[in-house]
Formats: sequence, C-alpha cells, structure tokens
Amino acid sequence: MFARGLKRKCVGHEEDVEGALAGLKTVSSYSLQRQSLLDMSLVKLQLCHMLVEPNLCRSVLIANTVRQIQEEMTQDGTWRAVAPQAAGRAPLDRLVSTEILCRAAWEQEGACPAPGLGDGHTQGPVSDLCPVTSAQAPRHPQSSVWEMDGPRENRGSFHKSLDQIFETLETKNPSCMEELFSDVDSPYYDLDTVLTGMMGGARPGPCEGLEGLAPATPGPSASCKSDLGELDHVVEILVET
Amino acid sequence: MGRRDMADIISTVEFNHTGELLATGDKGGRVVIFQREPESKNAPHSQGEYDVYSTFQSHEPEFDYLKSLEIEEKINKIKWLPQQNAAHSLLSTNDKTIKLWKITERDKRPEGYNLKDEEGKLKDLSTVTSLQVPVLKPMDLMVEVSPRRIFANGHTYHINSISVNSDCETYMSADDLRINLWHLAITDRSFNIVDIKPANMEDLTEVITASEFHPHHCNLFVYSSSKGSLRLCDMRAAALCDKHSKLFEEPEDPSNRSFFSEIISSVSDVKFSHSGRYMLTRDYLTVKVWDLNMEARPIETYQVHDYLRSKLCSLYENDCIFDKFECAWNGSDSVIMTGAYNNFFRMFDRNTKRDVTLEASRESSKPRAVLKPRRVCVGGKRRRDDISVDSLDFTKKILHTAWHPAENIIAIAATNNLYIFQDKVNSDMH
Repeated sequence: MFARGLKRKCVGHEEDVEGALAGLKTVSSYSLQRQSLLDMSLVKLQLCHMLVEPNLCRSVLIANTVRQIQEEMTQDGTWRAVAPQAAGRAPLDRLVSTEILCRAAWEQEGACPAPGLGDGHTQGPVSDLCPVTSAQAPRHPQSSVWEMDGPRENRGSFHKSLDQIFETLETKNPSCMEELFSDVDSPYYDLDTVLTGMMGGARPGPCEGLEGLAPATPGPSASCKSDLGELDHVVEILVET
Repeated sequence: MGRRDMADIISTVEFNHTGELLATGDKGGRVVIFQREPESKNAPHSQGEYDVYSTFQSHEPEFDYLKSLEIEEKINKIKWLPQQNAAHSLLSTNDKTIKLWKITERDKRPEGYNLKDEEGKLKDLSTVTSLQVPVLKPMDLMVEVSPRRIFANGHTYHINSISVNSDCETYMSADDLRINLWHLAITDRSFNIVDIKPANMEDLTEVITASEFHPHHCNLFVYSSSKGSLRLCDMRAAALCDKHSKLFEEPEDPSNRSFFSEIISSVSDVKFSHSGRYMLTRDYLTVKVWDLNMEARPIETYQVHDYLRSKLCSLYENDCIFDKFECAWNGSDSVIMTGAYNNFFRMFDRNTKRDVTLEASRESSKPRAVLKPRRVCVGGKRRRDDISVDSLDFTKKILHTAWHPAENIIAIAATNNLYIFQDKVNSDMH
C-alpha cells in the first residue's frame, strides 16, 4: 500500500520541490530528535538498576517524558515498537543535543510530521525521499516516461490509472480501488511491469511527468496498542515486579 | 574523586533558631556543627566567626537484605529543635531513618571522689579516713553528642524532608509517596497523614518532593510535587490529609511547552516565610513566592538561570535537569536566595527587585574580601569578567544554602566546601 507521497513535478518546478523537501527535512529532523530523546529516556530508565535504590522522582519524570513522546507519536501515527536492544545500540549515534526539541512542537514551521516517513531509520532525511525499491518506483522515472513509445491511448489510460490510484489511496475508498484494479492486470504497485508493457508504444506527452512517490515504510500497523507493552515493561522496572 | 572525597560532599546545611549554631550533614553520614564565637573586644577580627563545635557520625551505611539494596548513609536533612534547656537537639535523617541527637556541653568535672582516685582507680579503703564532698572544677570544654531516639521503619520510599512542628512535640517526615507524623518521644509508632501511592504502581505519575510545617499554625503543613503543585493541608480536617485544603498551581504557559516542561516545573524545595504569610518554591529555572491567600498563581517569579532554557536537552542528557536546588528566606523575608551552577548563587531583593549573582570559590574570595558580583553572558555584549553560558561548570552546583535567622550571614555548601559569608556593613536586617 502506498503511503502518502510527495508529488514530484518536472524540471521547471524544482524550487517548489526543494521547498517541500526542506519542510520535510525539518519535520524529519524533529522526528529524529524526538526518537533520539525517546531512546535516551529508555536507556536512562534501564540504567536505574544500580546497587542503591534508584531515585523514584527521577524515574517518574523520565517515564512521564516517555509517555508524552509516545502519545505524540501515536497521534502522528509514527509509533512503533522500540526493541530494547535497539534502544541500547542506537542512542550514542543519535544523541543530538539541539534546540529543536526544547522548543514547542508547533513551532516547527507549522509542519506536522507526515505519517510513514520512517523516522526509525538511521539514514538522513533526504534518503527517505529516494526510491527504495524498484517495485515502488521506476529507477529513471522521467526518462522512462519520455522513452515511452506505446500507443497514446494506452499511455493515457496508464496515467489516469495511476492518478486515480493515488487519489484513491489518499481518500481510502475501497470501492473505487476495485474498479481501478480491474483495468490493470499486474499488481498496482508493480509499476515497472506496467511501464515495461507501455515502453513500446508511448510517446512523451506534456510534462505532467509520472507522479513519483516517496517510498516509505508501511503506514502504522495496528500494533500501536501492543507497543504500549514496552512502556509497561519500563514501568515494571520502576515497580520492581 | 575517590570514595573518601565523595564522603565529604555536603548534603545539607541548617542554622539553629538563634543562629549561634550551624549544622552540616554530608554524604558520609557525618554531622559537623559550627558555633559562632562570641564577639570580644580582645580579638575584634574574629567577631562572630564560626568554628567547629562538634563532629559526629550520625548514620552508617546499611544493607536492606530483602531488596538487596544499599541504604545510603548520606544525611538528607537536618532540623534543629527549639532549645528548651541547656542542651541542643537536632533531627538528622538519611533515606530511611531519622535520629534525634542531644548535644550537651561539659565544662566542669567533679573532683575529690571518696572511693576513686584522680585516675579513676579504686582507692585502698584502708587509706580513706574522712568523707569529702566532690567539688566541681572547671575543665576544657567537651561537647558530647548522644542519640536519644531512633525513628526507624517508618518509610518504604526515600525520605526527602523533615519538619518540626511549632508545638515542639511532633514532627513530620516525608518520602516520595507518604508523609508521616511522629511524636518526638515515641519511636515505635507514627501516623500516616498523606499517602499518594496509587493502588496500581503503574499509574504513578507524581511524587512528593518536599514538605514543611507552617511556622505558627501547628495544624497546617504544605507539600510540593513533581508536577509543580503545592498542597496546603489542615490536620484538623481529617486524619488522612489526602484531600488538600488549598492547591497552589500555576497554569502552564502554552508558548513555552516542550517535552521538558513537566520536569522543569517539578518543585525541588518549599519554605514558609518567617511571617507565615508566604511560601517560597524552587523549580529548575525559577524561584517563586506564593501568597497563602492566592492559589491561582505565584505573586512573584524570579529567573535564576533562564539562559539554560535552550540547553534543556543537554541538561536532560547529563541528568543535571534533575538537580534539586534549595531556597532560603532572609530573617525579614525581604530577600530570597538560591544556588545555581558554576558555584554561583543568586539573591533577589523582593522590595527593590534587584538581584545579584555571587560566586563561592576559594579563588574569588579571601577572608574579609568583598564578593564581586558575577554575570553570565548569553551572547551579545560581553563584559570583561563575564562567564559565557558554554563555559559554566555544571559539576559545581550549589544545592544547599542557609540564611541566619536574624542577621545577614549566609552559609553556602559548594560540593565539599562550606562558605560562610557575613555582611558586616549591613549587619542588621533592613
């Protein structure tokens, strides 16, 4: 299933793309730092097992911070299980001391973290926007489009299908999807296959280009609730059960 | 820092009610009491200086076998009892046990026993021909300290405060989740007066951070929480004071909200004014004065080190954000004082609204030298002796300060050093 994506315009609209990219960079940066804070907090809680009884006030404050982050991430739809070992090995790389986390969340230039941007990745924000799998996006989308030599009507219908698919995915209307898929033989995500089929006859048309999409991890699964188990585990440490 | 050095870290400072004595507790469980020398014409330069009066080991490290945990001997708090006779008494507490110590002086000793000789050996009775009455003769001053009461097993969690009631018969001790009321003469029983432990510990989101009895009304006390609220309780209302009489809470500033908002709002210390009309609280970045008659917000807020607001993430990372600073009133409630980092401490004059930053360090203060005001610069114009925010030493923190009850004398604990500053010019309170 395609997640919300960035519509990529053709060459003439690069500034818009960059602007959108910059916005997403800030957003991803905030998400990265928030994740970093979460990891740091979990490490702090785990380090509480010393010879002397841990400071309960400190533990409660850290646990509350973890809860706050988790709540915000749940609202964003970016919450996913943080395995204890991940928490252990990640933070040293990602302990970023910046001002962004110290400022109010809504000061982030009005941008809300887009869901499914995969803020669990250790790669930089830009990499989130690069095509990840060939199944999800053509490697050289523009050249493919312009190389298309198939019959005009085929290409037209192909474009129409993709547009409608993306629109539909955004509105999440199941009945429309079935109609769309009746046109397309191959799986809807297998653009390569579809494009290969068009290669022979399509002629390059106006520069609408191919709606690319930002590949990302699949949207949040229903495991949001089950991920609370991690917090329970943490609180269990506090309670010493 | 080796273990022996760590033991010298001062963990609490407290003047007695006349200011004649100053007690300090340290991480090694020791209490050191200083006494102010009486002013004498013979030695004008040593007017009113504090010298060591007594040192004793109050608490020892213990091991809780059930939990397999060490119980630290660190003295968390010392509170003096009002003096009722020639002896002085104080309460000292570590995480789990409170002890009542009696400090007595001996400056005379009896001489001329009938049955014992000068060295204390039994006399040969055949040499005793007459009876004599032993005579008290002066001797070098000896200070004797003895534990009179041990109040143990009252707390499951770590004790953070003790406070003697104005009735001079009872006192309270507070840990993270409960507050107990004790009678000074009874050690095997205490009464629980506040309990905020949730039925399910997984629901725990708030702890008690400090508490104190009202200086005049023996039925009133206040306790502060990790969420920044103060609760004034009346012991006449109910046996269990879970329901507060008044709740003092400042609404959160939405423009300043961050993931660290709650942590920096946690109150680390609360002190009633001498008048009993106001309360002083310390949270991570500010000190606030509250009027007991107004619950909605503090009447005054003073920024201690607002330049740290943009560094909260780093301070969270290195745990400094959890440092618990104390605060103090002067005798007339006109000036308030609190510590900060880099061995700085701050004083705020409530009337003139002026504030000053001073440093407690050997380099910058020689005996009888005048303390020079310091300044922390946050970019922009920098004066010659300014310290920049980035060069502050966060390991040098002044958590514990005390103000003489009547005069302008302050005691500052800077890690393992105690500084006592006197304002000779303005000796009287203004």
